[in-house]
Amino acid sequence: MGMSEYFGKEGLQMNTDIRILSPCGMLGYGFPEQSFMNGMEFELHGIVVDAGSTDGGPHKLGAGVSIVSKRAVKKDLDIMITNGLSRKIPIIIGSAGGSGAQTHVNWTLDIIDEILDERGLQAKVSVIWADFTQQEIHQAKEEGRIKALSPNIPPLTSELIDSTNSIVAQMGHEPIVEALKQGVDIIVCGRAYDPSPFAAIGIYHGKDPGLSYHLGKILECGALCAEPGTTKDSILGTISDDSFTVQSLNPDRNCSPTSVAAHTFYEKEHPYILHGPGFTLDLEHCRFEEVEKGVVRVTGSRFLPAEKYFIKLEGARRVAYRTFVVAGIRDPILIGKLEEVEDYVRNQAREYYREIPESDYQIQFYNYGKNGVLGSKEPESFTGHEIGVMFEVVAKTQELANSICATVRSTFLHYGYDGRKSTAGNLAFPFAPSDIEFGPVYEFSVYHLMEMKNNAFRIEHR
Amino acid sequence: MTQLGDLAKVLRSKNSGPFEITLDVLFDSKEQYDQVKQSGRITKRTICELYQIREEQIHHLVFFDQALGFKITMSRDISSGSVGDRDVYGAQQHAPLMKLSIDYLEEG
Repeated sequence: MGMSEYFGKEGLQMNTDIRILSPCGMLGYGFPEQSFMNGMEFELHGIVVDAGSTDGGPHKLGAGVSIVSKRAVKKDLDIMITNGLSRKIPIIIGSAGGSGAQTHVNWTLDIIDEILDERGLQAKVSVIWADFTQQEIHQAKEEGRIKALSPNIPPLTSELIDSTNSIVAQMGHEPIVEALKQGVDIIVCGRAYDPSPFAAIGIYHGKDPGLSYHLGKILECGALCAEPGTTKDSILGTISDDSFTVQSLNPDRNCSPTSVAAHTFYEKEHPYILHGPGFTLDLEHCRFEEVEKGVVRVTGSRFLPAEKYFIKLEGARRVAYRTFVVAGIRDPILIGKLEEVEDYVRNQAREYYREIPESDYQIQFYNYGKNGVLGSKEPESFTGHEIGVMFEVVAKTQELANSICATVRSTFLHYGYDGRKSTAGNLAFPFAPSDIEFGPVYEFSVYHLMEMKNNAFRIEHR
Repeated sequence: MTQLGDLAKVLRSKNSGPFEITLDVLFDSKEQYDQVKQSGRITKRTICELYQIREEQIHHLVFFDQALGFKITMSRDISSGSVGDRDVYGAQQHAPLMKLSIDYLEEG
């Protein structure tokens, strides 16, 4: 073996352990500063945090807003940046701003600039953009490079593409590794496959991509793989040449072989087969063992490169506007015939607005305390003395939603159903005014795979 | 009659992407895991009855011995956060599974 093979990038020995600190499972969720500082005792090669998810629904991506506050993101980043820069540890943020579109990335960059400015620090910052234009998606569709993920996802029509303003794709590790090669201090990624920013550290240092991605899959959730698990605490991952270890950085939490193995289940469709950008991760034959108290070693994670490199697209479009009302019902006679009354109220409102096409709006009732969560699929029969009712009108315009909701509310409040004794009113409103203008409603209109032709994620060094 | 919710250490639901709900059931002893796995109660048919769905809506039903758990992934009727969705994170869809009865194994 020649020296050039023995030494990896930056002259590091290939058998050097690579350590990654994940402060928390979601940037802006917060973490105990002491846990983070316990991680600083180790020689670290990266501080990496995931900032994104589709779990909170399509609104963030569609409206270009975040689900965590600027104040909380700044608090978390301040600890990461001041400690990372002084020790020359690269800092990577995945899926910046929650959805990783341009507005989300810019929002994150502004917060970073504020911190650097206030602290009098300088940093080399790189951005990896994950936005795709409607034109790019149209072209991919024409070239047959778009594939549906599952049968219950509507096909990607030209009309859907045209009405979806914000489209991103989940990046793999490749552009992040490229940015690391430039020796930057902070990398802000647009939408990324959650484990990618973590995997990039290991792969950059010449480690096995299977181990790197499996560790990334664990670290991206913060201390959720420990017991008790939480996304709001720090965790340390160490990659060697043929295994990796994870350990809690808070002495009140402990990683065990079962807790780490079980974490593979979390938020994924399959317990041990994971599909990422350009690969499949097979964890079926992994071994999980405790090497010392609270330190779990994992071996056997297999990285299977895909024949064709597909990336996952995400897009959200505005579909309607909503107005809703929350009210309580305590009258036993009304509770006994609630659905019947709601049907009447819906029909009465439709009749009143008979000049408006019924396809322009929807009226829906949610009966909390009875079947608010599971709806018509609730297997339990109702026993109780009180129901929280929430009703919503979603319509083509906000004005229409407001108007119809006001009619639904007044009809519901005063409707004289058969057998009524409480002739003064049917609903207990907790607030005045009772009608809440919600604003636009979005849906995931793009959730498809796209075959990538060449690296589609542009790197910008600021 | 023992219920699945009594035997499991973790029994939860969550989105796996905006178009799927995934149910995770994890145990803290191999004995309980084996009891459930070998009961023959965890089938696509049982899940279809509990959740009033068709069999093709179940995308995965997989046991993972190393983790002492099994996972069921099914398609959503309404995608996360769309009009008519009742559970954006899909985090409260597990309750019907808790009451599933698991018969004790007959010896011999």
